[in-house]
Amino acid sequence: MSIPVIGASRSRVDGPDKVTGAAKYTCDRELPGMLHAVVVPSTIAYGRVVSIDDSEARSAQGVVLVMTHRNAPVVDENKVGAQDAKLFLLQSDAVEFDRQPVAVVVARTFEQAVYGADLVRVAYETRAPQMDLDAAEVVEPQQMLGVDLRLRYSQKEKPALDGAHTKIAQLYRTPTEHHNPMETHGTVAAWDGDTLTVYDSTQWAFGVRTRLAGVFKIDPSKIRVIAPFVGGAFGSKGTAWSHVPLAAMAARVTGKPVKLLVTRPQMFGWVGHRPQTEQHFSAGASADGTLVAMLHDARNETSLSDDFVEPCTVFSRDLYAVPHYTMHQELRRLSISKPTYQRAPGESTGGFAVESAMDELAYALAIDPLELRLRNYSEVNPNNGKEYTSKKLRECYAQAAERFGWSKRTATPRSMQRNGMLVGWGMATASRGTHRGDSSARITMQTDGSVVLAVGTIEQGTGSPTVYPQLAAAVLGISADLVRFEWGDTNLPTAPLAAGSQTAASVGSATVLAAQALRDRLASLGGKIPAEGITIDINAKVDESEEERYAQQAFGAHFAEVEVDPDLLHVRVTRFVGAYDVGRVLNAKTAGSQLVGSVVWGISMALYEKTRFDLRTGRIMNATLADYLVPTNADIPNPDVIAVEDDDERVNPAGVRGMGEVAMCGCAAAVANAVYHATGVRVRELPITVEALL
Amino acid sequence: MNPFAFARADSVASALTAVHRTPHAQFIAGGTNILDLMKDDVEHPPILIDINALPLRAIEQRGDQLFIGALARMSDIAAHPLVQSAFPVISIALEESASPQLRNMASIGGNVLQRTRCPYFRDTATPCNKRNPGSGCGAIGGFNRMQAVLGTSDRCIATHASDVAVAFTALDAVVHIAHGSGTRTVPLTEFYREPGTTPQVENALAPGELIVGLAIPELAYGAHSTYVKARDRAQYEFALASAAVALDVQGGTIRAARIALGGVATVPWRARQAEALLAGAPATRASYERAAEAALHGARGQGQNDFKIPLAKRVVVRALEMVSA
Repeated sequence: MSIPVIGASRSRVDGPDKVTGAAKYTCDRELPGMLHAVVVPSTIAYGRVVSIDDSEARSAQGVVLVMTHRNAPVVDENKVGAQDAKLFLLQSDAVEFDRQPVAVVVARTFEQAVYGADLVRVAYETRAPQMDLDAAEVVEPQQMLGVDLRLRYSQKEKPALDGAHTKIAQLYRTPTEHHNPMETHGTVAAWDGDTLTVYDSTQWAFGVRTRLAGVFKIDPSKIRVIAPFVGGAFGSKGTAWSHVPLAAMAARVTGKPVKLLVTRPQMFGWVGHRPQTEQHFSAGASADGTLVAMLHDARNETSLSDDFVEPCTVFSRDLYAVPHYTMHQELRRLSISKPTYQRAPGESTGGFAVESAMDELAYALAIDPLELRLRNYSEVNPNNGKEYTSKKLRECYAQAAERFGWSKRTATPRSMQRNGMLVGWGMATASRGTHRGDSSARITMQTDGSVVLAVGTIEQGTGSPTVYPQLAAAVLGISADLVRFEWGDTNLPTAPLAAGSQTAASVGSATVLAAQALRDRLASLGGKIPAEGITIDINAKVDESEEERYAQQAFGAHFAEVEVDPDLLHVRVTRFVGAYDVGRVLNAKTAGSQLVGSVVWGISMALYEKTRFDLRTGRIMNATLADYLVPTNADIPNPDVIAVEDDDERVNPAGVRGMGEVAMCGCAAAVANAVYHATGVRVRELPITVEALL
Repeated sequence: MNPFAFARADSVASALTAVHRTPHAQFIAGGTNILDLMKDDVEHPPILIDINALPLRAIEQRGDQLFIGALARMSDIAAHPLVQSAFPVISIALEESASPQLRNMASIGGNVLQRTRCPYFRDTATPCNKRNPGSGCGAIGGFNRMQAVLGTSDRCIATHASDVAVAFTALDAVVHIAHGSGTRTVPLTEFYREPGTTPQVENALAPGELIVGLAIPELAYGAHSTYVKARDRAQYEFALASAAVALDVQGGTIRAARIALGGVATVPWRARQAEALLAGAPATRASYERAAEAALHGARGQGQNDFKIPLAKRVVVRALEMVSA
């Protein structure tokens, strides 16, 4: 089974609509009689609501409802799926984190609701929040991404480490980070009797439906979730957070459709974040650089009500050939909201620790950092010994190193300078497991030869309406312009969560199988299309036996150049070259954008992002995009990204291994390693700011 | 955000009359600061008096002074040939501020009056003696990485946010103020108030007064001036430490110097001791390092912002080296 290698640089079919504003996002949705809801967030991190004075708010112009724990409808806040968060739906007076919803004000206009929310006076009984990782309650998670953590935890590898010729043992830290997609979260909910229609900015319309069914104890068939264009998500919209049912609750109480938009400061509240991590990482090698042992012990913050494991150790587990390896993950319970997946969860944070440590080991051994990686190259997955569907990491190293000019590097820190600036070159490996979920697809060919491809997946900027028609067209041997894509609706064939870089593998595979079935049907009909057209429904289930036989993983190599002002110590990334092994490239243009986006975020993680808490109160003190730093255009070079050609026939029908995240895995370490090379200062805590270099 | 009224004034006199009519009325020009504060519920003026129609946009030579009207936009001033030639430090400080969009909107009168970026001042859920006198200072003992190390008190450690006010302070700029019965002038170095026991009092402006312009006296060596700003990213970010300097060097000897610091103090911080040390000293790095030490004399960190003290010294040295090169 083979499809033509595609990868044409097709421009986004929805680009003009997005640029002109014709593309409708959830916040653009207007329904007749619709009311507007605004959440009142808590101003304390831990304690309880003692009283709420809503008299002024209720009498303000346009205000229809002030919903609090005293008058909210009784609903079920408990989790349905394993990935769900406990919701905060005004069912009690308890406050568990800063900016938890404590009331919802509903008014005729958004402005009236905002004003009404300002008028709600909430009195609290404040208790001391737990913000100290060292003092916090320890939670030993049982599982991480299906791996039994208790079985992996072992100290028996310690003797091998202790006996190594050269070893390093260091603590690496990454901070709490908030996603902040350009489109904030938002929901429009409308009841018609006992049926509910919801427009939501989500990565998974079907997941929202399941969660709402659980909250309201109604059958999922009574709920339709429509996810129009989504203005970025990055993991923060993978689950239905509290505002989604709150909008539906407000709609039920008022009997009107309700739109609830989450404001930018509220994006630091109940919609998830990347947890801070502390990772003890040890590695030992023989004199020639051969790794003999690795110990990776990671802990991350989680909330009072949920256990979220940031799977840092996946990176060390699945990359290098090392005979003695052990890992451990634990959680520390703080007075914060539930952490969640943020672009490249685990591998971005774990990659920083592991790839920084590999650089340290290279210096300790006086071996070139790239050479050290090559000496420990694993032809099979080191964790389970399985053959890879394909692995082109050597080609990534070679192509990116060549393009970057790595061979001209002098190893000694501070040895390279230019125009009075210290110049540093650093590199790191990228690695991320390939994921795929079951996906359905429906494809219809009309008598005029035009095709409609329908899948209930979402478009979050990754290019769904552009790329899947390309894929179908390639199978059918027709122009992609003849294929129209329908998406974003639970009335369409089911699709998995659009996360974990799995959508192209999942929806793409369903698309390929549906198009192949259509092609075969057409052939069996002698090329004649009946009047009613040809419709094929496919349910592309993941082949468990294939999953068992091969390891599936994407790889890459990052090379970063920084300039550091020798006196003022400002760090600027001046050049970045990355080569990535992602299987088949479906559209060179949108793929390139994904890779560049990941690199930009990796640089952001290295140098800028950190959620700043007042540790006494648990209050977040930089909940604005002026104070929560992300890079500006002036901070980012033009990243040079290469997708290494590979026709992976084994991984899945679409031939893809996931490219939405791999270029972020290890990226921050490449920058940190370049900073070390430039300055001689090893920074083991992100972000790398000036105080660490003084 | 509270409901508020809005009125336009077409002359200085009508603006002053209008602002007198309602207690707590405020002027609005570019709106880049007041609107933020209103949205954050920090400021709730019952009425905004729009002064954009007032004839206060001039940038011109008046005798031996450069006069900048209060409504001149940051971007216009930065690009003005008179400014660029006589006082590059002003142009550079402006270009290093905010973002192009903000610079196109923000007036210079508003810029020198901008409120601190202290997150406690801007978050009504936290204590702040500046916003709510007597409530306490959240930043002391809290998140204080961006806070001041000079001019602080046990009531307030908020940093003054303006870049260009640092340049103006170094240049002995004079504030021209209109009030009900005429005009008065105040040197900028006497205009700002350190927090002391009254952090809510930030400057010498009385209620109902309006800044109409800033005058910068002639400075023979003004062309040998610059502004150096250390910050976390390349653009659109406030200073961690900055320095505005001007230097008069003749035959390897410094005849006179001007130094002011930003990002590290509760007001734009003139470093007169450092200036005095440089007068008559050789134009060498050693002199600049001594001056930098003097400029930061008495600085006190709060923990997270301790790094600002050594960083500010490096910024001063860099700036002096740049203008003497």
